[in-house]
Amino acid sequence: MKVSITVNGSSYEDEVEPRLLLIHYLREVRGLRASNVGCDTTSCGACTVLLDGLSVKSCTVLAAQASGRSVTTAEGLSTADGELHPVQKAFQQEHGLQCGFCTPGMVMASVGLLAENPTPTEQEVREGLEGNLCRCTGYHNIVRAVLAAAAAE
Amino acid sequence: MSILGTRVVRTEDPKFLTTGGEYTEDVVDERLTGAAHVFFVRSPVAHARITGIDLAAVRALPGVVAAYAGADLDLDPVRPMPGLNAAMAQPVVATDTVRYVGEPVAIVVTDDPYLGEDAVELVAVDYDPLPAVVDPHEAATDATLLFPAAGTNTVVTYGEELDEHLFDDCEVVVTRTILNQRVAPAPMESRGTAAVWGTDGRLTAWIPNQGAQGTRRALAAMLGVDREQVRVVTPDVGGAFGAKFGADPECAAVAWVARTLGRPARWSETRYENLLGMTHGRAQVQTVTIGGRRDGTVLAYRLEVLQDCGGYPRLGALLPSLTRLMTPGTYAIPRVESFARSVVTNTTPIGAYRGAGRPEATAAIERAVDLFAAEIGVDPAEVRRRNLLAPFSSPHANGFGALYDSGDYPAALERALAAAGYDELRTEQASRRERGDAVQLGIGIACYVEVTGGGAESGAPNENATVEVHPDGSATILTGTSPHGQGHQTAWAMLASEELGIPVEKITLKWGDTDLVPRGGGTGGSRSLQQGGVAVRQASLELLDVARERAADALEADAADLRYDPSRSSFTVAGVSQAAVSLATLAATERLFVHTVFTAPGATFPFGAHVAVAEVDTETGRAVLRRVVAVDDAGVVLNPLLAEGQRHGGIAQGAAQALLEEVVYDADGNPLTASLADYPFLSATEVPSYELVDMATPTTYNPLGVKGIGEAGTIGATPAVQNAVIDAVAHLGVRHIDMPTSPRTVWRALSEASGA
Repeated sequence: MKVSITVNGSSYEDEVEPRLLLIHYLREVRGLRASNVGCDTTSCGACTVLLDGLSVKSCTVLAAQASGRSVTTAEGLSTADGELHPVQKAFQQEHGLQCGFCTPGMVMASVGLLAENPTPTEQEVREGLEGNLCRCTGYHNIVRAVLAAAAAE
Repeated sequence: MSILGTRVVRTEDPKFLTTGGEYTEDVVDERLTGAAHVFFVRSPVAHARITGIDLAAVRALPGVVAAYAGADLDLDPVRPMPGLNAAMAQPVVATDTVRYVGEPVAIVVTDDPYLGEDAVELVAVDYDPLPAVVDPHEAATDATLLFPAAGTNTVVTYGEELDEHLFDDCEVVVTRTILNQRVAPAPMESRGTAAVWGTDGRLTAWIPNQGAQGTRRALAAMLGVDREQVRVVTPDVGGAFGAKFGADPECAAVAWVARTLGRPARWSETRYENLLGMTHGRAQVQTVTIGGRRDGTVLAYRLEVLQDCGGYPRLGALLPSLTRLMTPGTYAIPRVESFARSVVTNTTPIGAYRGAGRPEATAAIERAVDLFAAEIGVDPAEVRRRNLLAPFSSPHANGFGALYDSGDYPAALERALAAAGYDELRTEQASRRERGDAVQLGIGIACYVEVTGGGAESGAPNENATVEVHPDGSATILTGTSPHGQGHQTAWAMLASEELGIPVEKITLKWGDTDLVPRGGGTGGSRSLQQGGVAVRQASLELLDVARERAADALEADAADLRYDPSRSSFTVAGVSQAAVSLATLAATERLFVHTVFTAPGATFPFGAHVAVAEVDTETGRAVLRRVVAVDDAGVVLNPLLAEGQRHGGIAQGAAQALLEEVVYDADGNPLTASLADYPFLSATEVPSYELVDMATPTTYNPLGVKGIGEAGTIGATPAVQNAVIDAVAHLGVRHIDMPTSPRTVWRALSEASGA
């Protein structure tokens, strides 16, 4: 089937299998490999992207469902000249990433979280990121990074 | 001003934050063009004889390239490590018997990855079930043998016969069997392999690992080829935690498929496969016995360990040797003994997991000390004060083969207690108990000492480094360590920058390609900085020595009159300010590099004390972790930002084990936690922010004064959190609750204590 999806500001028309997942569309068809697959039960959030500005787990969205809509991935967050998005900057400053595997999804979930709640408390950050798993950081610096990004904006 | 000890943010981060890391599944390489996709058919039964495998249907499916049964692979079974029962070899793919759910029994190769998921369903395997041995106690009886030819389920034992008089002079003796449960390392990136054989007959394999050299060694052995025929390339690695050392049988199977088909092949593990197929950690049943006087003096301690190795003896079989090494922990106990037995069971094999044997030792003695304190009715902090080793600066032999290099355990404990506000917490606890609050407060303490940097590829602990300065003034470092989240790019650049004056941003780190770095011990056992980092510093200094001689020639001066100015990365002649030559200029004339090896006199022994505060709802059994205060002394700190990150991550994994994570099997060996929907992987809502307290006692074992920090968190936090949960309900008659202290186990303990 044919899908028409805007990815990081550019429009694409692609022929895809109806069962193709959005994460695989992004990774295999569009070659955007920042988002990762970390589980098979929609538990880990490593595949989190923004769909029309709301964070979704792209392993549980069909590419077909994204047709006519706009997807933003970690690749599309920074400006064209490479300037990091405030959330990306905060993750670097606060050491909110180690191995990096959960990071693009965690960053997108954080961007989505701050869009809904620009001034979250620590507890609200923790609850907002509950669906994004990280094995390295113990979440401490991720939470600090999101709070720092909120304070900076 | 020195860059060492400062909070330099990671130079590797922008890539991970924007385009993402290049993990094995992401690797795009022209040699992998047209790669076939490998899928494993895995056993759904824990213990059975394979009586038939029908591959006809799957082979007939369009798009299926090939399908193989175990017998089709002409690879020898993987022999257990030296010292272990040699009759317990692990086939790369099972041939006649399966020994755990998830063991590979067949391989399906497809052109398209989506097809493979469907195709594995077409493989029909006939199993003749055998009794499944899940309980390690049952395994130890040898009633059912996993390897009949071995004649026993025991893989190895450690220690001598126990002394029946060990506790003779004790006024009080407490004994308890405690579980250090099986947990899943579950790095966010699962396992994978991409493999291609060149026309020169050499294999190139991309494998997520913790040390490419060890991975090459394991892979070559499984494939029956010379090491020189194998090149391992390490992409970015999405976490490892001990479970990505060496190479697993699946990696060899993928390389075998590529060789057999004459076509590149790749495999990306699903999370379901990962939770069944990647080694698990811990899995010890411990019996602790502790005795002493009613005044709080501990006189004797015994630790008996039954290690569950899973279906095949991997590194897990050796874990009790590390547990045993650290038996007495931080205490001066007159008589200590320890015995361990490792047995196979019909479960996923056990391997290393952050701390690997040492968290288990600490958990055992820290629980034992609390049990003793509860029995005599003395505050657990006070019992620790009375029995901790006095501060020492020359090495202390612990009686089990460990030589603690330096330590001040009482100071670590007092700092942790002070930072936690221990006395105020006890007052608050007393108030809640008096009021009979539904939500009670618990305070848990753990003192620890651990061993780091003990491993080496061969001989004494050592690591190599190469530092090269280029004509453009930049530099490249080659290291035998292997970062997978720790931040080596930044840390190693800081070490070279300190000596050479080259900015961190102009220093590139390379690792993990065995053609580029043929030797190295990798990253694990908290060894990287104290050996690999020290080697980088040493190489930088040696490079300056080489450069000084060349600069003397270039400047027609005596080398002794030259002064190195790091701010300009140049040598100047004393008293002649305009005469100068830079490293870059020297590098333009002739390559400027040094390869060196740093050898340490031995392992180092970081130590610390953790205090955890938990609330337990006595009506539901739900425990909530409120605080973790951690004193972790790993010697001098190179980059506090990175060191804190290591501590945070370890504390979380320790808290995860103490509170909720556990791999569960039913009585038939069926896994009940084979997805992240079932395995209670720790999330952000289940832990607080952590309170870190600094303490740095330099070691003399290396010129930087550094020890390892990577595993401190799991070692200190696990028993501290467990002790806190138990302490919260101690006044209700509860002496012990096994981990994980989930609502169910806590509630059950409360019910038993109240006689309900």
